[in-house]
Amino acid sequence: MALRTAEDLIEPFHWPDSGVSRVPFRLISDPEIYALEQERIFKGPVWNYLCLEIEISEPGDFKTTTVGEIPVVAVRDENGDIHCLVNRCAHKGALVCLQESGNAKALTCVYHAWTYGLDGRLKGVAFRNGIQGKGGMPDDFDVADHRLQPLKVTTFCGLVFATFSDETPPIEDFFGPQMSRFLKRNFGKKLKLLGTQSQVIHNNWKLYAENVRDSYHATLLHTFYTTFKVNRLDMDGGIILADDKWHHISYAKRHTLTEDEEYAQAKVHSAQYNSELQGPQLLGAWDEFDDGVTHSIQTLFPNIAIQFTLNSLAVRFFAPRGVNETELFWNFLGYEDDDEAQTRMRVMQGNLTGAAGLVALEDGCINEFVQRGTHGHPDRQAFVEMGGREAESSENSRATEAAIRGFWDGYKRIMGFQ
Amino acid sequence: MMDAETRQSVGDFLAAYGHAIDDDALETWPDFFTEDALYQITTRENMEAGRPLGVMLCEGRGMMADRIKALRTANIYEPHTYCHILGPTVFGEEAAGVVAARTNFHVVRTMQNGRMETFAAGKYLDRIDISGDAPLLAERRVVLESRRVDILLVFPL
Repeated sequence: MALRTAEDLIEPFHWPDSGVSRVPFRLISDPEIYALEQERIFKGPVWNYLCLEIEISEPGDFKTTTVGEIPVVAVRDENGDIHCLVNRCAHKGALVCLQESGNAKALTCVYHAWTYGLDGRLKGVAFRNGIQGKGGMPDDFDVADHRLQPLKVTTFCGLVFATFSDETPPIEDFFGPQMSRFLKRNFGKKLKLLGTQSQVIHNNWKLYAENVRDSYHATLLHTFYTTFKVNRLDMDGGIILADDKWHHISYAKRHTLTEDEEYAQAKVHSAQYNSELQGPQLLGAWDEFDDGVTHSIQTLFPNIAIQFTLNSLAVRFFAPRGVNETELFWNFLGYEDDDEAQTRMRVMQGNLTGAAGLVALEDGCINEFVQRGTHGHPDRQAFVEMGGREAESSENSRATEAAIRGFWDGYKRIMGFQ
Repeated sequence: MMDAETRQSVGDFLAAYGHAIDDDALETWPDFFTEDALYQITTRENMEAGRPLGVMLCEGRGMMADRIKALRTANIYEPHTYCHILGPTVFGEEAAGVVAARTNFHVVRTMQNGRMETFAAGKYLDRIDISGDAPLLAERRVVLESRRVDILLVFPL
């Protein structure tokens, strides 16, 4: 029987009475719950990140990815419209697009040459009328009855999203006003892809979803800045949760008093950090915005996070690859109108995060330590009370696990867990 | 044209580079480079797409030393070791005492519990300064075949 609701679980699941300040370890290790997530979340009323618009900028450009574990392709048609199609031939179910990305005039399955338009409609079937009058499809075969399964697609600020569900609200409603505003801040200009990489982390995808919402661990696990006595100008900060608590923004601000006149004029070096680094060019930076926010991370449910670490902008997409494996895709970005010096700085700051990130490479292993540490005890629970037991915004402090509780609050709702 | 003696010394130098990392003599790693050398780890995918940002970038020995200090004192990771296996080096053009060279590599990673697997394979695209007493890397681009890194990358390749 297909798993559709929490009632379908063979072993019933009930959230602890104390609410989202307790998180049972079963949630990160049970294959049945993982399977239910594919239905309730990734096929449910959410916008799933697919790719950047600039990755499929020309007609015929396509990029394959996954929605949950389902293989899909995002493709731009002759009219410039973007489609998202399940990458599965309507005939026998083979993958249609084999390359991760490319450009095509039509989508043709290599197995039996069924050919689809860029909108996913079936155009033709090989040997439809048989060979020399023999074989072929039955008389009532109609290409209009078969196509690549479409998802609904939308774009927002240069990011492409898709959903399987008719109940998914419009994207700005899905994110809410605060999240949408911050996305517009960061993605207000045409983007440029500076580099990509992926990282396989050996843990459930939700541990990474927690990790990027965890402002409590930042200075405790990641000690690069303190080790090198980097003069942090960005001490103040806070957490903003979306109304539905699924998404969040964590930000740090530089002090307002340290702005020297000299710095203000030579814009590019205005945020040069003092440190004990032998290669201080690592932290060459400039003030990108005038709101004083120098570090931010924004999460969008279910599985992306957007970092703006100094001038290092990146979209992190963490794709579930099984109950205890996740592939984390890093897309490092700049803007089309960056000058050479700005591009160089963004490239240099690529050292701060990613698989080899000086500041944060620990995140590659820390979630695996939780996965391994919790093995064999599905009924034990994580204790999540830093900053209280509620999931509310915390404008004054990042010493809180509010955003983690927010994630679980939204998760509990969409999964239908009581 | 490089003489046989120089080829031999460059070959020994490239082997010693791998051994230094494998043997945890990471503090000597910057010494394999010229003062202002460029070291980058990137992926075949980025290189072919002409994208400038890879996985790790150091400009000069100072940044390399910072990398080593960071992994010794700041970064957290499960203990593991590398074993570098190098293919033969093919030399390219030589100009002003700097010779281009390509060497394929295979790095096997062993975790503390004994788990052993291919961690990285690819090519070193080098510019080697042979004008002095001993060879030094003026530029090393480490091009990974795969865009995917297992867990994390903390030691240089």
